[in-house]
Amino acid sequence: MGQASAPLLATDIYKQFGDVEVLKGISLEADKGDVISVIGSSGSGKSTFLRCMNMLEIPTSGELRVHGDSVRFKTNRHGLREPADIRQVERIRSQLSMVFQSFNLWSHMTVMQNIIEAPIHVLGVSRAEATERAEEHLNRVGLYDRRDYYPAHMSGGQQQRAAIARALAMNPEVMLFDEPTSALDPELVGEVLKVMRGLAEEGRTMVVVTHEMAFARDVSNKVMFLHQGRIEEEGNPQDVFNNPKSERFKQFISPSY
Amino acid sequence: MDAILALLENNDIFNPTTLAHYWDGLVNTVQLVFLSLVLGLVLAVPLAIMRTSKKPWINWPVWCFTYVFRGTPLLIQLYMIYYGVTLIDGIQESVFWVIFERAFYPCLIAFTLNTAAYTTEIFRGAIEATPRGEIEAAKAYGMSAAKRMRRIVLPSAFRRAIPAYSNEVVFMLHSSAIASTVTIIDLTGAARDIYARFYAPFQAYIFAALIYLCLTFTIFYIFKQLEKRMLGHLRPR
Repeated sequence: MGQASAPLLATDIYKQFGDVEVLKGISLEADKGDVISVIGSSGSGKSTFLRCMNMLEIPTSGELRVHGDSVRFKTNRHGLREPADIRQVERIRSQLSMVFQSFNLWSHMTVMQNIIEAPIHVLGVSRAEATERAEEHLNRVGLYDRRDYYPAHMSGGQQQRAAIARALAMNPEVMLFDEPTSALDPELVGEVLKVMRGLAEEGRTMVVVTHEMAFARDVSNKVMFLHQGRIEEEGNPQDVFNNPKSERFKQFISPSY
Repeated sequence: MDAILALLENNDIFNPTTLAHYWDGLVNTVQLVFLSLVLGLVLAVPLAIMRTSKKPWINWPVWCFTYVFRGTPLLIQLYMIYYGVTLIDGIQESVFWVIFERAFYPCLIAFTLNTAAYTTEIFRGAIEATPRGEIEAAKAYGMSAAKRMRRIVLPSAFRRAIPAYSNEVVFMLHSSAIASTVTIIDLTGAARDIYARFYAPFQAYIFAALIYLCLTFTIFYIFKQLEKRMLGHLRPR
């Protein structure tokens, strides 16, 4: 495992919900410009793992570093691990923007308001500057003419592109994508993947939990296959897809029809 | 229609003196309702936030407050505050007597607490109905708990609460009629005076009813405009 100042470094992450151990020691290193696809069947723990990256779930054990800043933990009086310094967690979260499966745009705000909200109120950017930058991001995702729409008045693909613009507006170290196309109609998937592909080419550091095998194979430079909370297979996509070592992964990628 | 015109033409009841009396009643009603709504709203926001707390020692006192005030008639609450306070030893010599001497303040207190209790529960429901994903997004973008409440949860909850709250405002207006039972000359009180004076219950009260109706429609109109402005994101396009 590489430098301590990588944009994102997770070491030996375990996560337990009650008696169920969902993650059993998973590590990930995202260097600058990496596009890492995390794949696996439902229940393999891939979303939970991603949510541990920005502490939406608190790992039961394991280390998490964002740009060398290691998350500090303490044990509360119920014997559970929790962050020692919530301000640190908030700071780290603001450097890792997340794109959700169900978009999670703030429904009472227009697209523009959604995009400038966190830059203004978390990063402290001025409204004028945030708006100016938001316009660039909107152009980037092809939604400039939808900037005054409310999320409910747009298609799923448009909402997800707006959510990507919202994530870009934080100018994040790493972008986390949690199954960004799984809630979309097949014909809307393409427009979102196209935007994501553009971001990858631009050199953005991304961790993408996905079911889109083509994206994993063609766009990412690292692939990670999770099975029952463990890394079953990982490496660069050519090796992994052409010469899978694990039996489970062979099954997973072989068409069943 | 003819009946109403006939009523208005040959009456001895609606003359400048009685109309002025109605006007005073109207002013009292509007004052009482408006002040209690504003104060109730101001109280309800922190109470609703406390009510959604997971900590029982924060949540429970508010639960007790709202259940007591929503579980008993407003008339009895008014009597308890108006008459009950006078039973406290030494109150008449204390500085508080300035407040409780007149019926207006006990009445305002009863109305405020009552509407605060109902409004708290309306807001609590609206706060709890905030989509979980939106709160999660706020977390994921680095907002602190206070900021999430202030920037995401409350703005979204207030909007959702508008339709239910408009009912509460109308109910409060109508409930305010009971202020007349503790010597306040509100709109209903004025109607009762005029009924007693002319022994014309129907005319005296229907006139008051029409004014209440106009007030109610005004409230509905204001809220309709507010909903148009604030609930655009929920309208189908």
